[in-house]
Amino acid sequence: MTLHDLYLLSPEMSVAALGIVIILLDMVIGRKGILAAVSVAGLAVPLAFSVSLWQELSGEPNGQMVGLFNTLAVDHFSLFFKFLVIGILALVVMSSVEYVSRIKQFQGEYYGLMLFSASGMMLLAATTDLIAIYIALELTALPLAALAAFLGNSRSTEAGIKFLLLSAMSSAVLLYGMTLTYGFTGTTQLAEIFERLGTSSDATMPFGSNALFLGVIMMVAGFGFKIAAVPFQMWVPDVYEGSPTPITAYLSVASKAAGFAIILRVFYIAFGELSLDWATLFAILSAVSMTIGNLVAIAQSNIKRMLAYSTVAHAGFLMVGVAAIAAKVPVGETTLGPSGVLFYLVAYAVTNLAAFFAIIAISNRTGSDMISSFAGMGRRAPVLAVILAFALISLLGIPPSAGFMGKLYMFSAAMKSDLAWLVLVGVVNSAISAYYYLKVIRVMYMVEPENDEKVPMGYSPRIALYIAGLGILVLGVFPSPLINVAEKAVAILFL
Amino acid sequence: MLSAIVFLPLAGAMVILLLLKDARQIRLWAAAITIVELALTLVAFVIFRTADYRRVGDMEMVEVYRDWIPALNIQYHLGVDGLSVPLVLLTGLLGMCAVFASWHVQVRVKEYFMWLLVLQTAVTGVFVSLDFVLFFVFWELELLPMYFLISIWGSGRKEYSAMKFLIFTLLGSAFMFVGILALYFSVGTFNMVELQSMSDGAQLIIPAGTIFAFLFTAFAVKLPVWPVHTWLPDAHTDAPTAVSVMLAGVLLKMGGYGMIRVAVGMFPSKAQEYAWVLAVIAVISVLYGAVVTVRQTDLKRLIAFSSISHMGYVLLGIASVVGMGGAVSSVGLTGAAMQMFTHGTITGLLFLLVGLVYEKAHTRHIPDMGGLAAQMPIIAVAFLVAGLASLGLPGTSGFVSELLVFLGTFPVWGWITALAVFAIVITAGYILWMLQRVFFGPSLPRFTNLGDATVVEAVPMVVLIVAIMVVGIYPSIISDVFKQGLEPIIQSLQQVVRP
Repeated sequence: MTLHDLYLLSPEMSVAALGIVIILLDMVIGRKGILAAVSVAGLAVPLAFSVSLWQELSGEPNGQMVGLFNTLAVDHFSLFFKFLVIGILALVVMSSVEYVSRIKQFQGEYYGLMLFSASGMMLLAATTDLIAIYIALELTALPLAALAAFLGNSRSTEAGIKFLLLSAMSSAVLLYGMTLTYGFTGTTQLAEIFERLGTSSDATMPFGSNALFLGVIMMVAGFGFKIAAVPFQMWVPDVYEGSPTPITAYLSVASKAAGFAIILRVFYIAFGELSLDWATLFAILSAVSMTIGNLVAIAQSNIKRMLAYSTVAHAGFLMVGVAAIAAKVPVGETTLGPSGVLFYLVAYAVTNLAAFFAIIAISNRTGSDMISSFAGMGRRAPVLAVILAFALISLLGIPPSAGFMGKLYMFSAAMKSDLAWLVLVGVVNSAISAYYYLKVIRVMYMVEPENDEKVPMGYSPRIALYIAGLGILVLGVFPSPLINVAEKAVAILFL
Repeated sequence: MLSAIVFLPLAGAMVILLLLKDARQIRLWAAAITIVELALTLVAFVIFRTADYRRVGDMEMVEVYRDWIPALNIQYHLGVDGLSVPLVLLTGLLGMCAVFASWHVQVRVKEYFMWLLVLQTAVTGVFVSLDFVLFFVFWELELLPMYFLISIWGSGRKEYSAMKFLIFTLLGSAFMFVGILALYFSVGTFNMVELQSMSDGAQLIIPAGTIFAFLFTAFAVKLPVWPVHTWLPDAHTDAPTAVSVMLAGVLLKMGGYGMIRVAVGMFPSKAQEYAWVLAVIAVISVLYGAVVTVRQTDLKRLIAFSSISHMGYVLLGIASVVGMGGAVSSVGLTGAAMQMFTHGTITGLLFLLVGLVYEKAHTRHIPDMGGLAAQMPIIAVAFLVAGLASLGLPGTSGFVSELLVFLGTFPVWGWITALAVFAIVITAGYILWMLQRVFFGPSLPRFTNLGDATVVEAVPMVVLIVAIMVVGIYPSIISDVFKQGLEPIIQSLQQVVRP
């Protein structure tokens, strides 16, 4: 381990260090409000390291710096996710201030655990070795389990336990898949797996052999848990409902982003040769996730559960991009699929965060997560309601919103990859989802409120909400800058 | 110029949202915006009408910003030709009428006028977009204002109707979206002008017939034709007056416009191949719509069903694109386009008047009414004019467009057209019967205190009656423009005509 390795790891390390600092600080200071401010300000350090790494990359011949015994890759792809996770984290911390102030103790741990988990997510996007992937995954998941149980009431505890158990189970499945892959290739390095498979695959069998096929399926299952894809979505509604709402927001966007980062890296780099097989697998999972997520969401009366199923549906939309590989092999190589996933992840992040931030503020006032308690919010909290409505419209995919551009981009990729049927399933699902998203808007604007009390909102959650809301509009009207960055980020997957 | 026309109402809406508070101010502001908008669209129309240097197939007043989304070659591309410019004018016309028709809205005035103006931006955008994605953006954008306008300011089962409208359109546009992407990845452009000359006969990644069917479905939902028309009567019945005016007047035209420019324009050979399907659907719509209309007892629902019948004529005109004896006549298509314009003005006026009658008499139930001509002579006369135009009386615009449709279609689909012509008789029946039951006969004592139209209410009436009469007496003021805009489509149809 050299000093350069440390430099490559600096964003992750500084985030984790920040977590420790926050926890220590919590013991010595009395005014807990400072903790959030320090967390957000402290994120400038990993951000600065990431920017510096990004600039240094332009000097590298193949756009990648490898370190830490070939397990860590710093490239535009991993840095893209570092920026995304830091951004999400900053917004979620800002929005947590009021929510957390009601928790009597362990406020430092709340922010600290979030930071630890973030360092795991950032690491996850940068690892190129199966063992390191596993470690990063656990680093991501364990703090989240603790956070899910943070409220200490029965719902929250159930959420924590459920997340922990199912996370452990999915890790076990994932490890088994990794073991099989290792057994067939003799290496845990993603790039080397690609080379070994290239020489030994038998064209007549899926993935070259049935056992390897099983291994890959198990890895899909393991990752499927992280991104909340059907049929690995069982934990989602209960955990989303029971967790503290800011954690639900964090879980729904950051955890998902990290999951897709590692899926793209593993499948595009290690199993690129077998893309036709797993692309079909992802296409089917995608269609099932979209459909089931949407249909079940219709029946929900709790907004957190509704958004939980909506997140399952959006995992389906995102997998459209993963499946859209357009046969990496001979003709018409396209980066549209993966870059579409990256764009959609950002679009989904701003959209879902905006929605959750508005929900946090409203629920703080009404003390309820039921959709019916949003009655008359158009009058009680005009700005909040407008942003929440806009976020829901973005989730539904109507212009001019980030969600529309994301779907346009992603479905374009699928169409280019001859997945017209999947595009049709996707757009029809979007139309179906109108029903439950608009149900919330209807309640906010067309049902009389019980009282006319205004909904208060603190300074920093308000800023976080405005940033996210503005993000939806900007990405919906001027998506090009982000598309360019996403294109640049995924270039590494196609070397 | 076009950007200004498209975004002026949106800018007006933003001002309402952020700056204006007082209901009276908001009304005046919205009226001012829409009057300026009407003036702008009129200027655009006049410029287009009087320009003589134009070549066939050229777009006018083009505005392009190429680097909107270069990764997918999506451009901000606006332009008009003879097909779209009258529809832009129609939107300006009805947009203004809608504001005047909303003068009495008391509930949540601010939001109401904001959405009304946003709606106008969206619809105008659809007519002037030359980039397919931009077209789709405006097409979808129109859903939100409509949803809110119907479900907040509507009546009856307003929320159900709004949702039904939304889901129908979204499902239709889902198919359009697939079609758009399939075209892009086959031909490599979203430019609608280029697509017109490139799509037919190109190597497509999904069969041309399927894409044609997808696009046709999306526009058929909007037009609407049987059997995807069921959202229309509900939406119309429950919508507030101004929204009915916009819905019947311009929103349905988006369907017809898309059908001509996109479905037929991009797939001339498929359009000819499946023209018989179009003709059959059209005649079913025409007859079914007419027959069902006769049975209606709700004044507004009656007009709504008559819309289905009248939109069937549009589709019938489009179905005439099959060449006879090696030549494709432009008469049928011109008739279809004319029918869109005239139906916009006539039915817009009818909905306006129904709204007025309802506001004063507090009922739309036809059996409860009678003799209203005595109390509201101005409204009765206007209603009479609109009704007669609707049934196609010579001298009104309705006559011209229906005549053109039948003239164009008869040589191609003789029997089918003959059946459709029969609907004229039914139309005359239900219109005259309705007029008689509502306005004539003995005047009822409970209506004695009703007033006539006020000045504000009379403004849109006069404007629309003028439009109906002018087009009726001097049809070529519009039809020449349409004909010229349809020329490139006729030419491409001519090229693929089967002997």
